[in-house]
Amino acid sequence: MPARIVVLGGGVGGTLVANLLDKDLGRDARVTVVDPSGMHDYQPGYLYVALGEAKGHWLSREERTLLRPDVDLAIERAIRIHPDAGTVQLERGGNLEWDYLVVATGSRLVPEQIPGLAEGSFEFYSLQGAERLAQELRTFDGGRLKVGVAGIPYKCPPAPVEFTFLVEEYLRKKGVRGRSEIELLSPLNRAFTIESASELIQPYMDERGIGLTTFFNVEAVDPSAGVVESLEGEKAEYDLLVLVPPHKGAQVVIDSSLGDPGGWLPTDKHTLNVGGHERIFGLGDATNLPISKSGSTAHFEAPVIASRIASLVHGTAPKENYGGRVMCFLETGNGQATSLRFDYEHPPQPPKPNRAWHTAKWLFNRLYWETVPQGRIPENAPFSKPPAMAAPKE
Amino acid sequence: MTTAEITRSIDARGMACPGPLMTLIGAIREGQVGDVIEVLSSDEGSKTDIPAWVAKAKHELIEVTPDDGYSRFVIRKAR
Repeated sequence: MPARIVVLGGGVGGTLVANLLDKDLGRDARVTVVDPSGMHDYQPGYLYVALGEAKGHWLSREERTLLRPDVDLAIERAIRIHPDAGTVQLERGGNLEWDYLVVATGSRLVPEQIPGLAEGSFEFYSLQGAERLAQELRTFDGGRLKVGVAGIPYKCPPAPVEFTFLVEEYLRKKGVRGRSEIELLSPLNRAFTIESASELIQPYMDERGIGLTTFFNVEAVDPSAGVVESLEGEKAEYDLLVLVPPHKGAQVVIDSSLGDPGGWLPTDKHTLNVGGHERIFGLGDATNLPISKSGSTAHFEAPVIASRIASLVHGTAPKENYGGRVMCFLETGNGQATSLRFDYEHPPQPPKPNRAWHTAKWLFNRLYWETVPQGRIPENAPFSKPPAMAAPKE
Repeated sequence: MTTAEITRSIDARGMACPGPLMTLIGAIREGQVGDVIEVLSSDEGSKTDIPAWVAKAKHELIEVTPDDGYSRFVIRKAR
């Protein structure tokens, strides 16, 4: 009898792990992806929607079209995971039985955690939010623009900094930069979570006149007064406020008592096993791992999980471990970008922003649909390894 | 060692930056004025980040004690 493998979530990680397992195991496994929407969204594109450079319909495809033909897709919401029984309960009734479970349920936005945030701020972390922000920016005639983060952890750590650089360029081209003030409200004592990247980008922020307020952890937004308040007791006045909403893990993880208070899965940093369960794996945003919540993380974790499950199915000891590999681009405006390539042992050494990395990001965004979900990005692609392991040409 | 009664203890050893500071910030958010929070962190950045944040947020840093491979921070929520 083939091994029954259930993958919860049809995002980057879930789709890739399902395709790899089907490819590796063939008739030895029956792989089922469970996803409530049946749609696959390319979320890194929302940043460009907000700036009027991308259309929403480019960023979504039917999950079925991205899965190998032999992978089953259940367009269902999983409501409870039963680790001991080896089942997943579905909202519309019934249970799915599994021998191996991959939880790739991602993260969700919870703007309601911050009073006034939904009414008083804009965001580009959902398609709807990005389209609303794009509309607002089109009519923005100058003023105080504040960009901040309303909770850690959040998806795609470079995105707020990227938005700040890109919106500065946007306002400049629109001719309203001179009457605009742009400021990044950072929850940390620097612009970005990673110190080396912060040191690299700070001079560019200074050069473009982008202000920085540090240790600003958003506590509340007062839309009528146009004021955002921090936990540290500071207030910032705004005309346009763009905040990354707080994030939380999936409800099914919380309801199944598998997560921590934030709903993140306690996951082994190397084996990616969840909570000591040998047959349950956590992937992507859903985990509590101290690394970026990003598609890139899920992309590099998926082959490890596929390999470990394949070994278990074949009755051999799993050998492959996740080393914390992540690769992100960071747009710095003016057609330039840098890259962050790192793992648990090698902090990033981001190169000076240049056109090549901007072009690489542009290319990656366009090639995504035909490459990443199917596992067509080669392991030794020059941009995928930390610089200590492979130094790419700049 | 402080004699203040610890209300909440956070073992953030092994957590990478900015994890320990963010966990402390979460505990301050959830806590009551007067709570005493202990944070154990092996992250080098915590040695500067935690005292700097506590000063900015106007809480009280009661103690910083280096130990074997980590530091112990004791903070009182002051407001």
